Amino acid sequence: MSQSKTWRLVAIILIAVVALFVTLNINHPAWVENLLFWQPEGQRDISLRLGLDLQGGLKVLLAADPPEGQEFEASSMETARRIVESRVNSLGLTEPVVQAQGERRIIVELPGIENPEQAVETIKGTALLEFVDAGFNPVPPGTVVTTTLGGPQAAEGSVITDTSSLTATLEGEDTSDIVASTGVTETQPQASGQVYETILTGADLANVGLDRTEQNQYIIPFELNQEGAETFSQYTTSSVGQYLCIVLDKEVISCPTIREPIPGGRGSISGAFTLEEARQLAIQLRYGALPMPLRVESFNRVGATLGEQSVNRSVRAGVIGLSIVLLFMLIYYRLPGGLADVALVIYVLINLALYKLIPITLTLPGIAGFILSAGMAVDANILIFERMKEELRSGRRLGRAIEMGFDRAWPSIRDGQLSTLIICAILFVFGTNFGASIVKGFAITLALGTMVNLFTAVFTTRTFVGQVAEAAGQWLSEREWILGV
Amino acid sequence: MFNIVEKRRWYFIFSGILIALSLAAMGVSYARFGQPLRIGIDFTGGSIFVLEFDGAVTEDQLRDVFEQFGLESAIVQPLGSPEDYRWQVRTREVTAEEVGELLTALESQVGGLNRDALTFDTVEPAIGSEVARAAGLAILVASLIIVAFIWFSFRRVPNAFRYGVCTIAGMTHNLLIAFGFYALMGIVAGWEVDSLFLTATLTVIGFSVQDVIVVFDRIRENTPKYRREPFEKVVNRSILETIHRSLATQLNAMFVMVAIILFGGTTIKPFMSVLLVGMVSETYSAIFIAVPLLVVWEKGSRRRATARATA
Repeated sequence: MSQSKTWRLVAIILIAVVALFVTLNINHPAWVENLLFWQPEGQRDISLRLGLDLQGGLKVLLAADPPEGQEFEASSMETARRIVESRVNSLGLTEPVVQAQGERRIIVELPGIENPEQAVETIKGTALLEFVDAGFNPVPPGTVVTTTLGGPQAAEGSVITDTSSLTATLEGEDTSDIVASTGVTETQPQASGQVYETILTGADLANVGLDRTEQNQYIIPFELNQEGAETFSQYTTSSVGQYLCIVLDKEVISCPTIREPIPGGRGSISGAFTLEEARQLAIQLRYGALPMPLRVESFNRVGATLGEQSVNRSVRAGVIGLSIVLLFMLIYYRLPGGLADVALVIYVLINLALYKLIPITLTLPGIAGFILSAGMAVDANILIFERMKEELRSGRRLGRAIEMGFDRAWPSIRDGQLSTLIICAILFVFGTNFGASIVKGFAITLALGTMVNLFTAVFTTRTFVGQVAEAAGQWLSEREWILGV
Repeated sequence: MFNIVEKRRWYFIFSGILIALSLAAMGVSYARFGQPLRIGIDFTGGSIFVLEFDGAVTEDQLRDVFEQFGLESAIVQPLGSPEDYRWQVRTREVTAEEVGELLTALESQVGGLNRDALTFDTVEPAIGSEVARAAGLAILVASLIIVAFIWFSFRRVPNAFRYGVCTIAGMTHNLLIAFGFYALMGIVAGWEVDSLFLTATLTVIGFSVQDVIVVFDRIRENTPKYRREPFEKVVNRSILETIHRSLATQLNAMFVMVAIILFGGTTIKPFMSVLLVGMVSETYSAIFIAVPLLVVWEKGSRRRATARATA
C-alpha cells in the first residue's frame, strides 16, 4: 500500500470522526465550541439552528421608504438596521435575526413572537421625544400639539406610527383607529393653534433607564448630555411653577410641573404606564428615531406546532429516501455501491456538521435541498462506476479500469456540478434581495451539498475503491460480479 | 444495436402531445382564473390565514368577522378533516395592526383559537409585482447562463452553438411540461405559484443540462473514435452507453423526491412535485428530444453540404 494512499484514508477517517462528533447531539465541551473563531465571541455554539418556518415565529420584511424624491445613503441603511436590531434585542427573545437584505430591505425574524402589531411597533418606532414649554396651562395627555421643531412629518400615508397603544392606554380610550387609518398629522385633533416651544429633544438624552417607584408605578429615569443639562438647568431655573410637557411624536405624554430648578441634567418621566409600555417607551427613547421611515412589505407567522410537524416529517422523509438510495446502490453496484454508501453516510455527516459549524440556519426547503442533494450525491459515483464497468467489460485490468472510470467521468461530473452551483447563486441573489429566506435556504444547502459531494464522491470513494482493489484485486478480478459487471 | 435515434419522430409526436396538453391546462386555467398558472400572494400581494379553532365553527361565522374589517371578498375554506377545525382564509393584504384586532375579534365572536398552530402570511402588492419582475429576470438570466455554459464547454466541438440550442429546446420542453402540470394542479387542487415554485423552476433549468451534458460528452468522445460511422449511429451509440447512468441517477433522485412528497412536510409538497415532474421530463427530453434534435440539425446541414459539393 503506497504511503500517500494510506494518508488519504487516515484523513478521510479523521474527517468522518470529527463530523460524527460535531453532529452527535451531545453537550460539546466549551473549549471545543470556543475553537469556532469565525462565530462572534460569546455566541460560539455547536447546535443546529432552525429557521422560523421550523421553530415557529414571526418574520417581518421592512423596506426603506424615504419621502418622494429623497435619497438615502447606504450607511444610513446600516444605521437603521442597527437601531432595529437593538430594539429587537430589547424584546429579550432567543436568537432573533435582523439582517440587511439587498440595498433597501431589512429582514427581522422573531422566534416565538405571535402578535405582529407588537413586533412592528417595537421595530418601526420613529419616536421623536421633545420637552416643550407649556407655560402655565397644562395640556392633557394624548393631545397632539404643534411645536417649533419640524418633527417627523414624513410619517404620513402608509407609514404607520407607533404610538397607538401608548396613547390608547394612557387615555383609557381607544385611539388606535385614528392612527391605523391614516397617519398622525392629518386627522388627529389639534389642541389649538398654539405652537409650543421645544426646549430639548431626544437627541440630548445621554441615558435612559427603567424603574419602579414605591407606589408601584413604572417610571423612566433619564440623564441628559452636558449641553442638554445646561439648557435644562437654565430653563427650569427661570420657569419654576410652569408646566413642562413631555411630547412623543407630537403627542403629549405627561405635563409635570416644574417644582424646582433641575441642575444636574437628571429627571424622570412618569405616567400610568404598564411595564410593557414603559419598556417600549424606554426603548424608543434610548435608540432614537430611524434615519428613514421603514415600511412593512410583508410579514408572516408560522405556528410552532406546524414547525415541529415539519421537522419530524422531514426527518422521516430523509431517512426513508436515503435508505432506499443506500439499498439501491448496494444491490445495483454491489461492492463499489457499498463503498459509495459509506461515502454517502460520510457525506450526510459532513453536511450536518457544517450546518452546525458555519452555522447555517435550516429551513424546510433547506432540508429538502439537503435530502435532494444527498439523493443526487451518488450521481457522481454512478457515472464513475458505469464507466468502470465499461472499461472492465472491454477487458481492462481492474486497477486501470478504476483509474479510467474516475478520470473519464470527471468532465461530466464537473459540468453538472458547476451548472447546479450557478443556479444556486442565482437563487441566492434572488432570495437575498427579497428577504425570501426559504429560497435562500434551499440554495445554500444544495450548493453546500454539491461542494461536499466533490469531496466525498470523488476523493473518498476513489480512495476506498482503490484501497479495496489493491488489497483484494486478484480475488476480485476473478469474481467480477461483485463489482456489478 | 437498438436504435433510439431512428424512432425520433415518435418521441417528437409524444412530446408534442404532452406540450399541447400542458398548454391546454394553462388555457383552462386562464379561462377560469384569468392566469395561465394561479398566482399566489408572493407575487400578487394579499393575506392568507390558517386558523385552528378549539371547536366547530361555521364558514358564516368566520366570514362575518372578516367583513367587520372590510374584508368582504375573503375566501374561506376548511382544511384537513372536519375534526381538525382548521380553516384557511384568503383576503386582500391586512396590516400588522389589523391582524391583532382581527384575532381578538375571532376569539371573542367565533371561538378559542389554537395560537400555537396559528399561521398567517401577508405581502404588499407593491413588493409582489417587484418580486414577479425579478423572478422573470432570474429565469431569463439562468437560461442564458446555461446556454453560454454549454456553448463554452463544447467550444472545441464543431457547431458548439447547436449543442446549446438543442439544450435550450430540451429546457423549454421541460419548463412547459412542469408549468402544464402545475396549471393542472392549480385547477384540481388549488396550487398557486409562490417563491418556492420559482425555486423549483430555476432548479429544473439548472438540472436541464445534467443528462444532456453526459450524452454530449460521450458524443464528443466517440466522434473521433468512430470516424467511419454516420453521425446518427455515433449518437445512438453514445445514448446507449450512457442510458444506464442516466436512469440510475434519475432513480436515486426520484427515491428521495417521492419520499419527501409522501412523508415530508405538507408545505413543500407542490414544490417537490413540480421538481419531480421537471426532472423526469429532463431525463426524457435529454435522450429523446435534445439529442435527436441535434441529429436532425447535423444531418440537415450535412445533406446540404453534400448537395453543394456535388452541384
